[in-house]
Amino acid sequence: MIIGDSKPLEEILEMIEGRDKVLVLGCRGCVTVCNVGGEKEVGILATALRIARKKAGQEPHIDEATLERQCDPEYIEELADTAENYDAIVSIACGVGPQFLSERYPTVRVFPGINTTFIGGALEHGVWAERCQSCGNCIVHHFGGLCPIARCSKSLMNGPCGGSAAGKCEISPEVDCVWHLIVEKMERMGRLEELERVWPVKNWLTSRDGGPRTRIREDLKQ
Amino acid sequence: MKAGSNLEKVLTAGHFAVTGELGPPRGNNAEEVRKKAEHLKGIVDSVNITDNQTAVVRMSSVAACKLLLEEGLEPNLQMVCRDRNRIALMSDLLGATALGIKNVLCLSGDHQRFGDHPEGKNVFDLDSMQLLATFKKMRDEKKFLNDKELDGAPEIFIGAAANPFADPFSFRVTRLAKKIAAGADFIQTQCIYNIPKFREYMKQVVDRGLHEKCYILAGVTPMKSVGMAKYMAKFVPGMDVPEEIVKRLAAAGKKNAAQEGIKICIETIQQVREIEGVAGVHVMAIEWEHRAREIIEGAGLLPRPVVD
Repeated sequence: MIIGDSKPLEEILEMIEGRDKVLVLGCRGCVTVCNVGGEKEVGILATALRIARKKAGQEPHIDEATLERQCDPEYIEELADTAENYDAIVSIACGVGPQFLSERYPTVRVFPGINTTFIGGALEHGVWAERCQSCGNCIVHHFGGLCPIARCSKSLMNGPCGGSAAGKCEISPEVDCVWHLIVEKMERMGRLEELERVWPVKNWLTSRDGGPRTRIREDLKQ
Repeated sequence: MKAGSNLEKVLTAGHFAVTGELGPPRGNNAEEVRKKAEHLKGIVDSVNITDNQTAVVRMSSVAACKLLLEEGLEPNLQMVCRDRNRIALMSDLLGATALGIKNVLCLSGDHQRFGDHPEGKNVFDLDSMQLLATFKKMRDEKKFLNDKELDGAPEIFIGAAANPFADPFSFRVTRLAKKIAAGADFIQTQCIYNIPKFREYMKQVVDRGLHEKCYILAGVTPMKSVGMAKYMAKFVPGMDVPEEIVKRLAAAGKKNAAQEGIKICIETIQQVREIEGVAGVHVMAIEWEHRAREIIEGAGLLPRPVVD
C-alpha cells in the first residue's frame, strides 16, 4: 500500500490561514490502513484545527468527510454540491487526492495534509517499511523475493557493495543490507549460484525515468 | 568583471557579441575537435561546447573545452542536469575552472528518451534554475550548496538558455526573469526563424527591463536543406519554423538550398541585431562549423573585436 506521514499541525495551519470554511477530507484506501488519512485521522486533525482556531480567537468552521477513495473520479464526484462552499479542502489522502480534487474542482484551494512517503507494508503494528519502487519491471523472484531496487540504498543489482557490514547498510546501522539478506536467503534455498550471474544494465524506461506513466487497458475502457 | 572571459569583456565593452557552437565527437578523437575548432578560430568570441546534446553520448564537454583552450579558443562549457547530481555538477565546475574554463551555460538537458540510451535513468537532482543559483553562490559567496566555504572559488561568466517559442508563450518572459534572478549573466536563445514572434518576446523583455540585467544573445541556425526545415518545423518541440522559410528553401532548389539557408541566416542576424535588447548572436552551425565564417562574415560581424 501507499504509506504516508501526517504533516505537522503548524504547517497545515499556515496553509489554511485566512481561509474560513475548511473541509478535512479523508480516504478509505491505503491511508486508512496505515492510520494516517482515514475517518479516524480526519476526526483527530479536524479537532486539532478547531482547538487551534479557538485558541487564536477564531470561529472554527471545520467540517469532516471521508471518501471511499480519492483516486477515483466516481468518489470525488460526491463533493459536487459541497466542494465550492469551502475556502480550503485539506486532503489527507496520498498525493493523488489533492490532485484529483484540484482537477475536478478548479476554483477550490486544495491542500495536502499528509506527505506521501513510499510503497510498502506493515512489519508490525505501527511500523512500515518500503518494499517497492514501482520500477515497472519486477525481478524480485531472482533475488529470493527481496527487491534490490527498492531496498538497496544504491539500487544495486549486483551487490552487496563494500559498505555492507554485519548485515547493515553503510548509510545507517538502522538499515538492513538487503544484499546480505538476499545472499543468506539464496544460500538457504540452495540457489546461491544464481547470484553468480552478472546482471546487465536495467531498462529504466518502465520506471519514472521514462517520464510520467499512464496505463490504458483496452479491455476495461468504456 | 565576474570572470574576465573574452565573451564577458566583449559584451561589457558594448560590442555586439558572436558566439559559436561545437559538438564533441561520438568517440575520443581529439583531432576532430581541433579540426572543428580551427573553423571557428577568429570568427567568434566564445564557443559553446555541448554536453551530450540530445542525450547522445559524446566526448565529455569539459575535456573538449580543454582541447579548445589548447587551440587558443575560448570555450563556453555547457552543463546539463540530466546526467549529474549536485555533487558531480559542483565538482565538475571546480575541475573545469581549474583548467581555465571561464564561461558556463546551465541547462536542464534534453530527456534521455530522445537520445541513444533511452533506457537510462536520469538525474535532474537540480533544474537549470537551481544550477544557475548554485554556481552563482559558489562564485559570489564562495560557498557550496551546503554553505561550507570553498577553498578557491570559481570565476565564471554564467549563462542560461531561453526559448521564446515554447509554450505557454505568455510565461516565457517570466521564466527568463527567473533565470536572471537565479544568476544568469547572459542568455542564449533557441534558434530564431519567426522574427515577428521574437520581436514580440523582446518587447516584453525590454518592458520589464531584463535586457539591462543580463546580455541576451539571439540564437540562429542555418538550414541546410528543405528536409531539415521540415523536420525542425514538425518534430522538434518548441521550434517555430514559419512556412515561408520552408518555401524559400524549396524555391531555391536542391542544389542551392544550403546557400539559401545561409542567406536566410545572415538576414536573420541582421534583423535581430536591430531589435532593442539584443546584445549579440549565437550561431549554432551544427555539424557545419566550416560554414560559420561565411555566415558571420556575411552578416558584417568580422573582424571580431579584441578587448583587453
